[in-house]
Amino acid sequence: MSYLPYLLAVWIFLVGLFGIVRSRNFIHLVVCLSVTQSSTYVLLLSIGYVKGGTAPIFKDVKPGTKAVDPVVQALTLTDIVVSVTVAALLLSLAILGKHRAGTMDPEELHPMQG
Amino acid sequence: MTRRIRLTVFGVAAAGFAALLIWGTLGIPDFGHYRGRYGQILNHAAVNERQTTNTVTAIVFDYRGLDTMGEEFILFASVTGVALLLREQRKDVPRPRDEVRSEAVRAIGICLVPAVLTLGLWVVAHGAITPGGGFQGGVILSATFLLVWLAGSLRTYVRLTPTPYVDLTEGTGVGGFVVTGLIALLIGMPFLHNLLPYGLAGKLSSGGSLPILNWATGLAVTAAFLLLYSEFLEERSFVIAGKHK
Repeated sequence: MSYLPYLLAVWIFLVGLFGIVRSRNFIHLVVCLSVTQSSTYVLLLSIGYVKGGTAPIFKDVKPGTKAVDPVVQALTLTDIVVSVTVAALLLSLAILGKHRAGTMDPEELHPMQG
Repeated sequence: MTRRIRLTVFGVAAAGFAALLIWGTLGIPDFGHYRGRYGQILNHAAVNERQTTNTVTAIVFDYRGLDTMGEEFILFASVTGVALLLREQRKDVPRPRDEVRSEAVRAIGICLVPAVLTLGLWVVAHGAITPGGGFQGGVILSATFLLVWLAGSLRTYVRLTPTPYVDLTEGTGVGGFVVTGLIALLIGMPFLHNLLPYGLAGKLSSGGSLPILNWATGLAVTAAFLLLYSEFLEERSFVIAGKHK
């Protein structure tokens, strides 16, 4: 079962992608994109996990204690905050789409409407 | 392309993609047996080399500071995009009357505001020592202001977060990060080189120029989230006022 966390990341990614493809609403689409994105967090954190390791913070434990990988944690941490602002950008595009085209359904949008 | 055809095409592609992904993950070392050296080396080095007990923060603001600058630019670009898209001609929009809320909610909210503010400042300040840092603390700090809106009123929120000042704070945060890097360049060091005395691990002053980058990021993230809240709340007033069709 040592591959379960990786397979979980694959599953989250595909479920999110499936949601994007069959989406009928822009807000739903942005949420699905966030789900897809969160699969990378699961993948990164599970790759960096070291069995029996502590958090990579050596305030109360001696430096040199077995710890999980800090690099993937740093990647995940910045990614989470940045992904929220990108989601906000997409949501504001959805608001503009609603104002201009009067619909939240991607399928009702005509291609290249002037 | 009809919906059915699109879903069929996606199904075929997704099945192939899933097979590739699963095949790929089988090549990764077993869960819990990561063998990458870089992180482990930094785990051993950060405390002695930079007097930073939180290795993650040492990576974010020191060893890989350049990557973090890239992330901050994404943050900055997205927030600027939101402001550009939503900040239209929205002057003179009557603010919606705040619905009367229960006094209990109001009281709890008011009690929580100083607590959340302190927590946010604490998380940013201790970024180099315990879990936390500019990114996490910045989000908590912005939540303080959101709490003012939730438990108080939009009017108070707007008065507390004047847009020009929030814009300025956002720029100062991101700009401060870049300027700190440039100062190192000016005195002949590599960009973003940690040039201040590292101090003693576990103290607030430890980490050299790391706390400066940390606070700059804290400012940038707080201001970025405040900008997002303001834009969406203004948009809400606009819709409630019936200015859109």
